[in-house]
Amino acid sequence: MMTTRVLEWLGRLYIWLLLAFLYLPIVIMALMSFNVSPFYQLPFEWTTEWYASLWQNDQLISATWNSIEIAVITTLICTVLGSAASLALYRYDFRGKKVLQALLFPPIAIPWLITGTAMLIFFFGVGIGRGLFAILLGHVALALPYVIVVVSARLQTFAPELEEAARSLGANQWQVTSRVTLPWIMPGVIAGGLFAFAVSFDQFVVSYFLSTPGQTTLPVEIYAAIRKGFTPEINAVSTIIIVVSMALMLLTARFFKFGGEK
Amino acid sequence: MAAQSATATRSGLRSALPLLAPAYLWLTVAIFLPLSAMVFFSFMTELPLSGKPWAFTLGNYAAFFSQSLYLTLLLASLRLGLEVTLWCVVIGYPAAYVLAKVLKGRSREAIFLLVILPFWSNGLVRIFSWAMVLREGGILDTALNAVLPFKINIDLMYSYPAVIIGLVHSYVPYMVLTCYLTLQAIDDSLIEAGRSLGATRLQVLKRIIIPLSMPGLVAGAALIFVPVVGSFMEPRILGGRTGTFYGTVIEDQFVAVFNWPLGAALSFILLAVVLVILAVASPVLRRAA
Repeated sequence: MMTTRVLEWLGRLYIWLLLAFLYLPIVIMALMSFNVSPFYQLPFEWTTEWYASLWQNDQLISATWNSIEIAVITTLICTVLGSAASLALYRYDFRGKKVLQALLFPPIAIPWLITGTAMLIFFFGVGIGRGLFAILLGHVALALPYVIVVVSARLQTFAPELEEAARSLGANQWQVTSRVTLPWIMPGVIAGGLFAFAVSFDQFVVSYFLSTPGQTTLPVEIYAAIRKGFTPEINAVSTIIIVVSMALMLLTARFFKFGGEK
Repeated sequence: MAAQSATATRSGLRSALPLLAPAYLWLTVAIFLPLSAMVFFSFMTELPLSGKPWAFTLGNYAAFFSQSLYLTLLLASLRLGLEVTLWCVVIGYPAAYVLAKVLKGRSREAIFLLVILPFWSNGLVRIFSWAMVLREGGILDTALNAVLPFKINIDLMYSYPAVIIGLVHSYVPYMVLTCYLTLQAIDDSLIEAGRSLGATRLQVLKRIIIPLSMPGLVAGAALIFVPVVGSFMEPRILGGRTGTFYGTVIEDQFVAVFNWPLGAALSFILLAVVLVILAVASPVLRRAA
């Protein structure tokens, strides 16, 4: 009994140590973005000048808008195409269905370095080239499988009798889908959409290979800045990104419990 | 009966096609065709459409096998992947166990969310944040010197350990997540039965808990090992001059040296290695599903 309690106490302590390991660097980075010294010197002196100077940085601002635009369009396209595909995979049986489902995993499992360079070669070869449109093409493809997986998980909890009941009461296919099925899977669709936004907004590797100097996204711009040398401005913009992505993730968790229950 | 079900299956496809086609067309254009094109271009001397004359060649692959540099770097990347995966097991598995078997109710939910929260936030930014901690005169250096009576210099930045720390920090939530899911599914009464039959804690761990959670360990290992072998941004930022790996060489072919066919061949070799690893891991994973 005694040892059990000691072990449990050690376990709890260990979890907090892990959380410290996970969050400490992020917190320090955020603190440094409010520190006066451009060389990260201590003692700490409060300032918001690095955030203010972000507003003067046109390159970063335009890259930020690109990132937001691409993430929003990616989210819209992915939720529509992904929900449609999940519905089809749920409703219909046909030969090759297993193959189609298996095809969702290569985009998730293959390292982005390989996918990104392959896209670069192919888009260049067929004349699409690099730039924002190519980045959008890539982001949608990367996020789609996640949306299909998340919406399909939600569909697993749906009772097909509901559709049949609606049909037998005289609803046509469109009415069944829009009034019965869609409202039920909505939490899954919203969660999938938020995943898609996060995948696109945080995507660096694929954007990096597909961007051109004028047409780039925020993470690519940050990478370029980091390689030139660290400045508190990078800390400031990074802090904003971290806060935005974590807020999004918390929002996703509200709509979609991991494991598909709710 | 068989004929009937065959027609049902075909009509199923006809109804499903309009819903499926847009998504899969998109995946084809942006993922599957590019991957095929990469294989194709890896056998060329120059990119077609670049205006220069081109021909088929095995030279790009010959370059990989004739120059020991590429093989050495691939091995270095595989070793990096192995080390990071091992650290993630060592750090992540106990945490997953505590989450699944010690914590209960709301505190479990909250801490679980806190552990996986960073893994959807920007990976690049999280790698960058370590620069604040590891550099000389950084937080680790300052804190240790404030506590210790003697002067030491902690300058881990731009070193192999820095790359390991950054990558483990990035990927350990995967291991916690996959192990947590399998550990949670283990019936507590199995553990109690083992204990009441006289097994020690260590025996229960070795004979019951670890074997039953093996699928989670393997899934986590695959999810971590594969992207780490292909990593290039993390070694660049934290490794500095010591951060040359297989991934960074591929990056160079595309953004610095502009030898795309060689880059394609190197990428394809990496893809082949990755597929072999996933194939080896898949029986264990399928047993879990």
